[in-house]
Amino acid sequence: MSIDETSARPSGTAGTAAADAEKPAGGAGPGRGGPAKDRRLNPVRELARAMILSVLRDKGTIFFLMVFPILFLMLFGTLFKSGGTTHIKVAQVGEVKVLDSLTAAHREQLSKAATITKVTSGPAALEKVRAGDYDALVEQVGDTVVLRYSLSDPVKGASARATLNAVLEQANLAATGKPAKYTLKASQVEDESVKPIQYLTPGLLGFAIATSSVFSTALTLVTLRRKKILQRMQLSPVRPWEVVAARISMTMLMVLTQTALFLVVATLPYFGLQLTGNWWLVVPLVVCGTLALMSLGLLIGSLSKTEESAGGLAQLLVLPMSLLSGSFFSLDGAPEWVRAVSYVMPLHYLVEGGESVLSRGGGLLDVLPTMGGMLAFAAVVTALTLRFFKWNEG
Amino acid sequence: MRRGRVAAPHGQGVRVVTAAIVADGVRKRYGDIQAVDGVSLHIETGEFHGILGPNGAGKTTTLEILEGVREPDEGRIELFGESPWPRNPKLLRRIGVQFQASSFFDKLTTRETIYLFASFYRVGSRQADAMLDRVGLTEFGGVPADKLSGGQAQRLSIACGLVHDPEIVFLDEPTAGLDPQARRNLWDLLRDVNEEGRTLVLTTHYLDEAELLCDRVSVMEKGKVLKTGAPAALIRELDDMVRVSVESGRIEPDTLRGLLGSAGVENALVEDDGITLSIATHSPGPVLSVLADRRALRGLEVRGATLEDVFLQLTGREYRA
Repeated sequence: MSIDETSARPSGTAGTAAADAEKPAGGAGPGRGGPAKDRRLNPVRELARAMILSVLRDKGTIFFLMVFPILFLMLFGTLFKSGGTTHIKVAQVGEVKVLDSLTAAHREQLSKAATITKVTSGPAALEKVRAGDYDALVEQVGDTVVLRYSLSDPVKGASARATLNAVLEQANLAATGKPAKYTLKASQVEDESVKPIQYLTPGLLGFAIATSSVFSTALTLVTLRRKKILQRMQLSPVRPWEVVAARISMTMLMVLTQTALFLVVATLPYFGLQLTGNWWLVVPLVVCGTLALMSLGLLIGSLSKTEESAGGLAQLLVLPMSLLSGSFFSLDGAPEWVRAVSYVMPLHYLVEGGESVLSRGGGLLDVLPTMGGMLAFAAVVTALTLRFFKWNEG
Repeated sequence: MRRGRVAAPHGQGVRVVTAAIVADGVRKRYGDIQAVDGVSLHIETGEFHGILGPNGAGKTTTLEILEGVREPDEGRIELFGESPWPRNPKLLRRIGVQFQASSFFDKLTTRETIYLFASFYRVGSRQADAMLDRVGLTEFGGVPADKLSGGQAQRLSIACGLVHDPEIVFLDEPTAGLDPQARRNLWDLLRDVNEEGRTLVLTTHYLDEAELLCDRVSVMEKGKVLKTGAPAALIRELDDMVRVSVESGRIEPDTLRGLLGSAGVENALVEDDGITLSIATHSPGPVLSVLADRRALRGLEVRGATLEDVFLQLTGREYRA
């Protein structure tokens, strides 16, 4: 038997009209009901579209990745709204001359920083300091004013010390009978520029981006491999960079939407975020941070065989990383080793850089090294991952 | 496309047929399991070839090695004279692969799915639409692919493998789990695809499917190809073995073997699965008379050999998918 290859093979690739004429089985073809427009189908665009649609059409994923972090921001933004300055509660045991002799004006000023409650029983008050009901206890022993505070909240302890110190210095000065030569007008920096929303926004945005980058990258990779779609792609002429490009564009679209949502919500008058000059730098910063975080997702996805283990590993990474990177609270008071650990985490730099450009007036030069570092991190982790990468199971 | 290719090897006159697929001494081991143990195949252009065998025979691994998904430990494979491993983009445009119906992206519609696969080959939307129409799924274009019925999903999967007009099409158990009507529809489609001159390689554990569709089959078991040939030729080689079956329980298989021995019937294979007692034999006459003597003819059925008997003869055991 002989087959002339060119004629036996339907010439579909050459032109569909010819193919249709040759193939009676092809039926009416696309021409039925008016000629459909012939679109060139680009693999990057079609893949990105497929990935985006698979997220948009899954309400659970939309909630988990998009709505949930915004709700977090709203919740935290509301909770910490009034907590701009550290207000302390102090128990005064018996008479404390410097406090008792304050003028009304001074007393008024002091009440902004501290509420002073007079109590009679010293031991009972001490117990309450231990329990955290009071932040500090103050009493006078002879000419010495004793301040006792718990280290459980170092910020409030320090604040109590500073407040009392200021009061004592004023009293000492007054006792010399001379007018004060120098006066210090202490005003907290945070009072004027950093409200909680200004560190909550980059922090929670970092958390949201880490979640969507790490989780969705890891899970998609495992699902594609498990469902043999990766293997199917391996058997088509699609180039690996096209798949990667589609995946990256899809994730970028997602995280930049998140960023926009975060900024819109945070700048609502109710939450009151005030953006500083170069806030737009958050866009390249988010892009670089996302690449770094995606590389971690790629690593997890390459190491995991099932969606369950990928999800577990991602959770094991994202949550501690968010906690240690200052996503939820500042690390200023954290132990040295915690801060040391946070320095190896890309999220730390995303949060820090985000805070810098969004609310501390940071410029391009402040975040350029950060962005470079995150890109380098992405490159190193991806190179490492290629050693574990598999197209198929088994 | 039954083109009498079967007779070709020692055939008459001119043969211009070129081999589409050549595999020579292919081996693949996974840990302790020798999944493919020295498989050699010669599949010609335009042939509809079936790789047949029970689950675990090594069919899918063999197919994946032919496609170029996996690297063989040993052996040589050529598709149109080129090695499919490592990934060979030149070949990838010429081969089409049908995967399990679950290998679709989540949440995509039927049309979006075929557009996606078409894009991998830079095929235009019109050609993709035409393929959808061809497999009868145009009206399901907007339906999520995971909501399609088993048969529809398989047809979509085949359409995705055919959309770029490949010369060789690999199909892995395309009719597994389908109802009889859907299987028949799919068979028609596959026959059409083959009649356009494409080479088809299909794995199946359904003997009837292989017998009905394939120009030639390779019977596999335990990683080895036991025999390759046209189904009809393989069956003919059985020397007109006839299968007699009756209801179980009327006569013990061992008793029957004894009786057949004393009646001079040789080489009769007696099997009893608790429902049917079957005897494969070259001399059905004496068998029937023995059964009749024992009043064991209830549910009697006599039929000619099938691929099932080929398998039985090759392996010495009943075919169990």
